[in-house]
Amino acid sequence: MATSTNLRIAFRFLTARKRSMLMSLAGIVFGIGFFIVTQAQTSGFEQFFIKTILGTNGAIRIEDKFQDTQFIMVAGGHDKDASKFQVAGDRSARKYIEGVEDPALLTEALYKFRNVSGVSTVLEGGVVADSSFKNDSAKVYGIILNDHLAVSDLGSQIVRDAGTLEDFRTTPQGLLVGKVLAERLQVKPGDSLILQAGVERRRYRVSALYETGVGDIDKVRIYMHLGEARSLLKKTSGASFLQVALFDRDRAPEDAAQMEEVLRHGAKSWQEREVSWLNAFKALQISAALTVSTIILISGLGMFNTLAMLVIEKTKEIAILRSMGYTRRDISRIFLWLGAIVLVVGTVGGWAFGAAVTYGVSKWPIKITGIFTASTFQVYWAWSHYIVATISATVVVMTAAVIPARRAARLEPGEIIRGTSQ
Amino acid sequence: MSAMAQYDSKLALRCENLHRYLGEGEGRVHVLRGVSFEARRGEVTAIVGPSGCGKSTLLYLLGLLDQPNDGSIWISDQLMSNSSDSDRTAARCEHIGFVFQFHFLMQEFSALDNVMMPMRKLGRLSEEQMAERARLLLADVGLGNKTHRLATQLSGGEQQRVAVARALANQPAIILADEPTGNLDVTNSGLVFDLLTKLAKENGQAVVLVTHNPDIATRCDVTKPMRDGLFV
Ligand SMILES: Nc1ncnc2c1ncn2[C@@H]1O[C@H](COP(=O)(O)OP(=O)(O)OP(=O)(O)O)[C@@H](O)[C@H]1O
Ligand SMILES: [Mg+2]
Repeated sequence: MATSTNLRIAFRFLTARKRSMLMSLAGIVFGIGFFIVTQAQTSGFEQFFIKTILGTNGAIRIEDKFQDTQFIMVAGGHDKDASKFQVAGDRSARKYIEGVEDPALLTEALYKFRNVSGVSTVLEGGVVADSSFKNDSAKVYGIILNDHLAVSDLGSQIVRDAGTLEDFRTTPQGLLVGKVLAERLQVKPGDSLILQAGVERRRYRVSALYETGVGDIDKVRIYMHLGEARSLLKKTSGASFLQVALFDRDRAPEDAAQMEEVLRHGAKSWQEREVSWLNAFKALQISAALTVSTIILISGLGMFNTLAMLVIEKTKEIAILRSMGYTRRDISRIFLWLGAIVLVVGTVGGWAFGAAVTYGVSKWPIKITGIFTASTFQVYWAWSHYIVATISATVVVMTAAVIPARRAARLEPGEIIRGTSQ
Repeated sequence: MSAMAQYDSKLALRCENLHRYLGEGEGRVHVLRGVSFEARRGEVTAIVGPSGCGKSTLLYLLGLLDQPNDGSIWISDQLMSNSSDSDRTAARCEHIGFVFQFHFLMQEFSALDNVMMPMRKLGRLSEEQMAERARLLLADVGLGNKTHRLATQLSGGEQQRVAVARALANQPAIILADEPTGNLDVTNSGLVFDLLTKLAKENGQAVVLVTHNPDIATRCDVTKPMRDGLFV
C-alpha cells in the first residue's frame, strides 16, 4: 500500500525533470549495452582461442618421463603428505628423460581418469620437405588417425576442395600438410612430396591440406601415419608425447597435476601452456570492463545531479507530504524509487541494446589469422556479462540516489513552509 | 470558566505556555511569548490579529509541523510537544488536517489525487472507497466537475478549496486552517466556512482557523484575538 503510493509519487516526480532523467537513462542504456558488447567480444575471442588450442594441441599433453632426484632427501624430514607436496611443487629437483617410453601402458593408465575422453600417441620429428619446386623444414606428427581425431578438431580442419580425410585414411603414404606450408612448397593434394630425416629420404603423397588458423602450426606441421613416422624417424617404439582430450576442460590443471603425480611424466594443461595468451585476454577483458564502466559512472553522476536538483525543486511537495503524515522514510523511498525506475528501465534497455549490437557485431566480417583464424567478429553469449553490467549499474545508480534521498528525508516541513509563506 | 469545565471531555487540542523563537543571532525574534490555548470538538475557533503577530507560527506548532522552544502541546490528551518525529508524523496523518495560508497542492497531481494523498498514507480505505470519498469532498467544496484537473490548471481559489477538501480527507479530529478563505470570493468563502462549521458540528471535529475577515470571525464559536505573540 505505502509502497505503491510512494512509487506512484516517484513516477509523477519523474515527469518533472523529463529531459535530464532521459539523459541519465540514455547513459545507463549505453553503459550497460557497451559493457555487454565489449565483454561478449573479448570473451568471444578468448573462447575462440581456447577452442582453437583444444582443437589443435589438446587439453593436456603428457611428455617426458621424470625421476625425482631429491625425493629421498625430502621425504626423510617430513611426514608423507608434506613430502608429496614438496615433490609435486619442486620441478627443478627432477631429472627428465625425453619422451614417452611405453605409450600403450600410459594410455591405459590415462583412461583410468574419469575426465579423460581420448588419448592420442604422437611421434614428432624434424624433417626437410622437398617438393619439385622448393624445400623447407617441417615437423612430422606421426598419429593414429582415429585416436587423433578424438583429441583434436583435425577432422573439421581439412581445407575445402583440397583433398579428403578419407584419402589420408586409406593411403599409407598419405600426408596431411598445413595450408601455409603447402603454399610455400607449392604442393596440392595428389602431388608427391619427399621428406628427409637424417639420411633417410622417402617419397609420400599429399592427401589433403588442413588449416587450423594457428600460424605456427599451419606453416610447419605435417601429419602422417604413426607406422610410417616410426620408420622414417627410425624410432621403433615409444612416442614424443600423448595428447589428451577431456570431458571437462576446466578441470585440466587439477587433472594434469594428478597425472604427473601418478604417471611420473610431465603433464601440461592447456591453461599452463597458453598462460601468457590467456592472461592477455583476461587483461583485455578487464580493461574493457573498466573503460566502459566509466560510462555507467558518468551517468550515475548525472543521475545524482538530476535527483539533487529534483529535491530542491520539490521541497514544497516534500513539506506537504510530510504535513499529511508521510514519514521521512516515505520521502527517502520516493527518491530511491526514482533511482530504481531509471535503473530498471535503463537496465532492460541496456540489455536489449547490448544484445542487438552483440548480434550485429557477430555478423561483422573481419579477417584475423595468426593465433587463430576468424572470418567474423567472435562473440560469446553469457548471462554473467548481463549480470555484472546490472550489478555495476545498480551500485552506481543506487549510490547516486541514496544521497539526495537522505537529504530529502532530512528536510524539516516546518522550516520549508515558514520559508515559503513569509 | 465554568463553560470550560463543562467541555473538558471534549478537548481535542491543548497547549500551555508555548514559546517560539525564530531566526538566528541578531535576527532572533521571540515570536510566541507563552501562549496557552485549547480547542474543543464540535467547535470552530477563530484566531485573529494583525499581520506578523504569530498566528501562523502558532498553527504550525499546534499542527506538529514545528517544535516549540518551551511549553507543551497535547493532542487528545497525548503529550506531543516532546515526542519523536515519527510519533508526530503519525499524529499528523491520523488526527490533524492542515490548510496552509498559501494553497499548497502537489503540482503534478490532479485534484482527486491530491485529496486522496492523505488517505493513501493512512491506508484504511480501498482504492475505490478513497476515490469515492475524494469525489464527495470535492463536490462539497464546489469542485465536483473539476476532479481530474491538475493542480496547475486550477485557479488560486480553486486550489485553496482542494486544499480544504484534502485537510478533511482522513476525518481528522483537528482541522487547522491558516486563512482558508483568504483567496476566495464572498460566495466561496461562505461555502468553505459553512462546510467547516457543518463538519465541526456533525462529526465533532475541532476547527481552528486564522482569519482576517471580521464576518467570518464573528460567526465562529470562539474568537481569540492575538497580539505580539500572546492572546489578549
Ligand atoms: N525565519 C524567521 N526568522 C525570524 N523571524 C521570523 C521568521 N519567520 C517568521 N518570522 C517572524 O515571526 C512573526 C510571526 O510570523 P507569522 O507568520 O506567525 O505571522 P502571522 O500572524 O501568521 O502573520 P500573517 O497574518 O501576515 O500571516 C513575524 O513577525 C515574522 O516576521
Ligand atoms: Mg500567517
